[in-house]
Amino acid sequence: MLPAIPAGVDLAFSKEDEKFRRSLRTWLRKHLPKRHDEIDGGEDLNFEGPAQIAAAKKWQRTMHDAGYVAIDWPKEHGGKAASAVRQTILAEEIVTHRAPGLIGQLGLHMLGPTLIRCGTAAQRKRFLPKILTAEEIWCQGYSEPGSGSDLASLRTKAESDGDDFVVNGQKIWTTTAHFADWMFCLVRTHADAPKHKGISYILIDMKTPGIEVRPLVQMTGQSGFNEVFFTDVRVPRSNLVGELHGGWAVANTTLAHERNMLANPMRTQQLMADLVRLAARRNDNGGKVSRDALVRQRLADLQIRVDMMKYHSWKQLSDEIHGRPASVGGAISKLVTTELNHEICATALDLLGDYGPLVGRSPHAEDRGLWPRDWMFTLGMVIGGGTSQIQKNIIAERVLGLPRGA
Amino acid sequence: MDFALNGDQELLAQSARAFLKAEASPSLVRRLWDDPVGHCSDLNAKISEQGWAGLLVPEAHGGLGLGMLDAAVLLTELGRCLAPSPFLSSSVLATSLLSFAGSASQKRSWLPRLASGEILATVAWLEESDRLDPTGTVLRARRARDRFRLSGSKLFVLDAHIADVYLVAARTAAGLGPDGVSLFAIPRGAPGLSLTPLEGFDRTRRLFEIKFDDVVVERDQRIGREGAAWKHLQRMLDVACVAIAAECQGGAEHALEMAVDYAKAREQFGQTIGSFQAVKHMAAECFAEIEPSRALLWYAAQAQETSNKEASRAASMAKARLGEVYARTTNKAVQIHGGIGFTWEHDMHFWFKRAKANEALFGSPAFHRERVAALSGW
Ligand SMILES: Cc1cc2nc3c(=O)[nH]c(=O)nc-3n(C[C@H](O)[C@H](O)[C@H](O)COP(=O)(O)OP(=O)(O)OC[C@H]3O[C@@H](n4cnc5c(N)ncnc54)[C@H](O)[C@@H]3O)c2cc1C
Repeated sequence: MLPAIPAGVDLAFSKEDEKFRRSLRTWLRKHLPKRHDEIDGGEDLNFEGPAQIAAAKKWQRTMHDAGYVAIDWPKEHGGKAASAVRQTILAEEIVTHRAPGLIGQLGLHMLGPTLIRCGTAAQRKRFLPKILTAEEIWCQGYSEPGSGSDLASLRTKAESDGDDFVVNGQKIWTTTAHFADWMFCLVRTHADAPKHKGISYILIDMKTPGIEVRPLVQMTGQSGFNEVFFTDVRVPRSNLVGELHGGWAVANTTLAHERNMLANPMRTQQLMADLVRLAARRNDNGGKVSRDALVRQRLADLQIRVDMMKYHSWKQLSDEIHGRPASVGGAISKLVTTELNHEICATALDLLGDYGPLVGRSPHAEDRGLWPRDWMFTLGMVIGGGTSQIQKNIIAERVLGLPRGA
Repeated sequence: MDFALNGDQELLAQSARAFLKAEASPSLVRRLWDDPVGHCSDLNAKISEQGWAGLLVPEAHGGLGLGMLDAAVLLTELGRCLAPSPFLSSSVLATSLLSFAGSASQKRSWLPRLASGEILATVAWLEESDRLDPTGTVLRARRARDRFRLSGSKLFVLDAHIADVYLVAARTAAGLGPDGVSLFAIPRGAPGLSLTPLEGFDRTRRLFEIKFDDVVVERDQRIGREGAAWKHLQRMLDVACVAIAAECQGGAEHALEMAVDYAKAREQFGQTIGSFQAVKHMAAECFAEIEPSRALLWYAAQAQETSNKEASRAASMAKARLGEVYARTTNKAVQIHGGIGFTWEHDMHFWFKRAKANEALFGSPAFHRERVAALSGW
């Protein structure tokens, strides 16, 4: 950890960092796919058909070849050991250029960092390179029908049998499982231990016999997540990450990454900018919507919160780069940002009136139907990665020190 | 890149908190609450000894030469303990306005005395219409040879009973636009001038009506150029926004701390009320609003170092946001206290009332949201 250096408000990035930004911009302008919508499954990773998936993999590969994927990872694992500042710049430019999301994000943001911290040398060597290149796509097998918020109550069990685990049970809401090559999965390996102490973190090849994936249709009409059934699925013991029964701690090392992944303040900035443009473009009976006093109030209220979360993220970022203890974890960002994103989309629908509900394929749909899609998707993000209520529990108990509940 | 308080600011916050804990205790607040004057000259003298009165005054004029972020740090602490003090009215608002609008010689003559705490000043701007746009300033200053004569009234003037001098915005030319507004420095005892206290529910801060009945003002009492004061008032409005937002931040933090402490101690149904999720979530929601607000406040304060549009936009954002956050937080904090929170005896209502009064002071959240919209070019 860096020594705490004298702080102060200095919002300038260094010359080298700005140079990084410029070359990234030039690169993006040159290499961005012409028609995003043909490859972009969006943040919801809802890819439509094999062609889109192939194109999305190709895009990640292109980004990787240029050195723009997993720049936070250490160099020996194929990353750039980039500072938090560079990561922020990359995230900003990706969003402002509307570059497609990376299809391998669960591997890049969750499994990769987990293996780097808790994996064996052999596991890193086997899995990390293909996460970077999108040759292998990962899905996250945590939630079960009976275990969502109360994740530690999960029941999918893995029993030891020689050099293997034998897995039986069911996962649900598993995003991308229908085309993923691998799953990082929480399973119960000790039935009698207290619930947090009997869980292990294992890696499962999705082509193993005994796995059945049944797509679930989301409210968007697309099938982004799935049910996954395991019947006597054999998983080599070498695919255990961390200690046997120590999976809860392993999973927790990356839950924070997940919250950050879901709470990108730049994404919120961009949604807001789109909303402002929409208001400036649309007319209602009395003229431009953006001239309406009530609309201006709502837009300003949203804009204030959007900017506030940007400054909040700067504060967190600079605490991180200067080695100061983090004042609060990602719970506030996850809670506020996901709800704000949804509110922005809902406001867009309000401004659109009867045009609001028109989906992409409909005649007269505005912005190719992105608003109704994002309005739905952003509510999913309020629930996924720990619901708003769970974030509030975390804030109340871990930050404010109120008594722990269930 | 770094977005944080510097070492000096951290130190200022700590020493201010310790100082105010000792010198501006809740019992002092309560005593002054009931006091007809509501001012503690002893506390004020000690505040001046700290050098705080000169915080925003350049060193050349005997001050500390610090910036708005430093002032915001201090105001956060003052807001936290509700210290009844003319720091906002005199050391921040009047001092800033004099620095913006005054001629070199006026600054030389006024700022050192303000910085040392020898005199207090306050700004008299709003009138009956309660409007912060140019149409709200109608009080006329008619020129009579080398003098001006003022008739009319000013409302919502902070600390007018203890300020030695008023900075009065008045029209020196016909019209209701931004041009033709001038500033005058008028002593409290000037003939023809009378004060009426306004009875507000927040008694930690006293407001007044000032009536001008043909008050005669010499030409050298005019601050800055004739008819050109509007832009300085606008800049002072930005300063006011940041200052009040800072008070709100400190007050909201403190109100939530009180509520959380109470929730850990009070028992009902055989357990502490803080174990009820309804209570926990109220507290968590407040915290999730207060914590990111601090970053908005810092940004807005820092933006004042440049006097561009962004300074105004950020200031209005902070004012609109922090005012509402403070009001919501104190509302929940009273509720978490239950019946005791509704009593005169318990201190909670001090913060509840200050929050709502701060929301109105120098522009409602709706006013500032509209200002954000306009400055954003919507
Ligand atoms: C779009 C999307 C994608 C997802 N992708 C994945 C994935 O790839 N992999 C994966 O493993 N999971 C995934 N999930 C699952 C997600 O993590 C869970 O849905 C989430 O944790 C909530 O669990 P649940 O659905 O069982 O709801 P429940 O836990 O049953 O919650 C229902 C309601 O009860 C409330 N509640 C529950 N417990 C408490 C409590 N202690 N205090 C207060 N309120 C409480 C909740 O807040 C919620 O309002 C995804 C979910 C969505 C929506």
